Amino acid sequence: MTERRKLVVVGNGMAGARFVEELVARGGRDAWDVTLFGDEPYGNYNRILLSSVLAGTHQPTDIFLNPLRWYTDNGVTLRAGLRVRGIDRRARVVHAGNGVMERYDALVLATGSVPFVPPLERLRLDDGAFREGAFVFRTLDDTEAMMRYAGRSKKAVIIGGGLLGLEAARGLLAMGLEVHVVHLMKHLMEVQLDPAAGRMLERLLKGMGMHVHLARATCGVIGEERVQGLLFADGLTLDSDMLVIAAGIRPNVQLAVDAGIEVERGIVVGDDLATSDANVFALGECAQHRGVTYGLVAPLWEQARVLAERLAGRAPDATYVGSRVSTKLKVAGVDLAVMGDREATAPDDEEVTYSEPARGVYKKLVVRGGKLAGAILLGDASSAPALLQAFDRDRPLSDDRSELLFPQSAHGSQTSAADQPDDAQICNCNGVSKGAIVAAVRGGCRSLKTLCDRTRAGTGCGSCKRDVGAILEAVAGDAASEDPSVHYYVPGVPLAKPELVRAIRERGLKSVSAVFRDLADGKEDPASKPGLASLLKTIWRADYEDERDARFINDRVHANIQRDATFSVVPRIYGGVTSPAQLRKIADVAERHGARMVKITGGQRIDLLGIPKERLPQVWRELGMPSGHAYSKAFRTCKTCVGTDFCRYGVGDSTGLGIAIEKRYQGLEAPAKLKLATAGCPRNCSEATTKDVGAVAIEGGRWEIYVGGGAGSRVRKGDLLCVVGSHEEVLRMMGRFMQHYRENARYGERTYDFVERFGIEKLRRLLVDDEEGIAARLDVDVQAAVDAYVDPWTEADAPKTAEQFTDAIDARGAQAAE
Amino acid sequence: MTRDFDLGPVDRIPPGEGRTFDLGSVRVAVFRTRSGSVHATQADCPHRAGPLADGLVGDGCVVCPLHGYKYDLATGDPLGHACGPIAVHVVSITSDGRVMLSLD
Repeated sequence: MTERRKLVVVGNGMAGARFVEELVARGGRDAWDVTLFGDEPYGNYNRILLSSVLAGTHQPTDIFLNPLRWYTDNGVTLRAGLRVRGIDRRARVVHAGNGVMERYDALVLATGSVPFVPPLERLRLDDGAFREGAFVFRTLDDTEAMMRYAGRSKKAVIIGGGLLGLEAARGLLAMGLEVHVVHLMKHLMEVQLDPAAGRMLERLLKGMGMHVHLARATCGVIGEERVQGLLFADGLTLDSDMLVIAAGIRPNVQLAVDAGIEVERGIVVGDDLATSDANVFALGECAQHRGVTYGLVAPLWEQARVLAERLAGRAPDATYVGSRVSTKLKVAGVDLAVMGDREATAPDDEEVTYSEPARGVYKKLVVRGGKLAGAILLGDASSAPALLQAFDRDRPLSDDRSELLFPQSAHGSQTSAADQPDDAQICNCNGVSKGAIVAAVRGGCRSLKTLCDRTRAGTGCGSCKRDVGAILEAVAGDAASEDPSVHYYVPGVPLAKPELVRAIRERGLKSVSAVFRDLADGKEDPASKPGLASLLKTIWRADYEDERDARFINDRVHANIQRDATFSVVPRIYGGVTSPAQLRKIADVAERHGARMVKITGGQRIDLLGIPKERLPQVWRELGMPSGHAYSKAFRTCKTCVGTDFCRYGVGDSTGLGIAIEKRYQGLEAPAKLKLATAGCPRNCSEATTKDVGAVAIEGGRWEIYVGGGAGSRVRKGDLLCVVGSHEEVLRMMGRFMQHYRENARYGERTYDFVERFGIEKLRRLLVDDEEGIAARLDVDVQAAVDAYVDPWTEADAPKTAEQFTDAIDARGAQAAE
Repeated sequence: MTRDFDLGPVDRIPPGEGRTFDLGSVRVAVFRTRSGSVHATQADCPHRAGPLADGLVGDGCVVCPLHGYKYDLATGDPLGHACGPIAVHVVSITSDGRVMLSLD
């Protein structure tokens, strides 16, 4: 192995430490000896949560991100409590306090920012230190000093009505002080908010007991030994025991300036994050990229990732091209999400606003060219996730703007999980309490995926995942990160579905093991196997190389495994219509094989439970009926009502249609199960509007087709895809939709999530209007999948693998002689 | 005292799968990985007695089919949860392709 080069990082804050984490995660330690300088005497902590420490909701120990041991465990030399004083670029050496020197091959500056302190008369003593009772709010030490001093103070003034100032105000208010916020501008948080939102926030803060003084310039401090008040430019004064200066931050660039590196507002970096010296990089609040300095955490993490990719050699050409700035936070306990522009800037920009002073809710969208150019959501962040996503991905918005401001609450309770007590049960499948989830976050789980894996919350039906995410966000704040695997089709192959499909086609990968070999460094992630098998079958159909070990047990033995390792057998009963002879036959089989329970299912079929694996082939043979696929991610059933044959209200032959649908699409593999229904009239007795795909007859011989409905762990009414005039057209449109879903959904993604993600308007344009000309191709491909269907229960007489249906191989006589 | 068992030809276990073997006094799960190695563990998951031999196998691990609990096949250690560990047994393939198991 070649000798490792030396990498020195200056700054162990949010940016520097995150960069080192990202570098270590990418195997960067193979190439680099890493030394990290931090002038605070700690491991790194989440600076964003300092306000929560001040507010008393977090202990200082709660906000540490990496304990000192993390650095040792990962082979990173941490020099904490040591300030770097100079850089000798010619010798490539940094000089720190106490005569410490460190040579570097590459240097990363992550020096962050320093508080801006306006020139106030009598603020400082002769030695330059602050007069007693005056503070800035930047570090953990600042915070602790403020808390100690506040303990013996009654009244505090905060200079600065921006985010940091209001957070300080909230903390001091919670400690029982009388709190005054003095702000130079005409409304609060003018960087993020428009005047109307600023006024709404002011109202809310005043309602909490805060005093707000706007358009007020401070010129000096009153008091001899310690702060006793403030003097304003207009001659007025305000008594106070303590003063907190939160008037903004400035990039901390002195080190770079002294070293002769190009600096404007911040340290100037290119898309490669290199400074004017190619061996010196900069990121975070100290860096200026394309004229912009960022003060929020998301851009800084993007920079950390890019620089780590480059230096670890994983993607030496990775570039950072700037960030669209958005954030979701709580200001003094009030929900706030802001993104992009505050106000319309072009003549054609559209502003949509909603204001409800009594509840303290203000919402505003800035729409440009049908896309979201900016938004402010104050007091109600329920629409924030969808808007943040539309903003980040620059996606076209729904034409109905009110839908964007007022998302339909499909999730019942309005109380956020984050506000519930610690003993509240969050995951109702696995019985995981809020306290256990909070503890895991504090123990280091920072992505939703690692949190769910660790606590098992959200690993059952998955419906509590949003709640788990809300708790993660509340506890970790912006330190919460997204596990990259959430965008992968399966966790074990680092590609999203479109890229994965392309790679599979280009390389002609026809088996699951070939995919692992070519696209995952040969690492066979067991949990990823079934998803890959399903995808390969959809792509290659008859040419797919079926490796049975890639299937979940249900799909190896074509039955649903039960808690006692027996199986359930559900024969197909088309449209739920049976006959006395068929019932008699099923009854006989159930009796002969000792089915422990015979159950009518929700899909209008009959389930024989408690069948041992080795009896499955015989049960199938005796039934002489096809598999009902009640065990696989595939087309399952089409539930029907009695339609026109018997029902006095029926307007369409739902029974005949349902049977035709089921005969055509039975067993069609899909990313998740497909449950269908047909209803003979809008009374909808078969619940067709809450099925993955449903058809409802309406007067005039026509059928409404609904997609994306469901009544499982989530309840969602399907969206109307189209209205058609015949059974044939219903069959064709349903097939077209299902084929599109098969090709584009993530593994395990039910149609209700898929349709929401894609948007019904887009689906209509694609599938009904055929805007992109893919409809005929989809129809052909779904027909090919239908033609390739083979009833898996025929394996009763032609097993595919050795001992396929053996419960346990008898080896009682196998003991070898001594 | 160690007891040795001849479990028959390795072809009884398809590549990448497991099978349960009933030895009379005890049941064991034997796995054959795609790379050709064999592993043996206790037959039932310590969580809710799921049949481990029916689980998905890969990257040196097995995932129980009932609730997704994952174990290292070589050491028996639980992965990502606190259930277990599971017992592992010494197992090998002879030159003529037979699976030999030793129980302590």
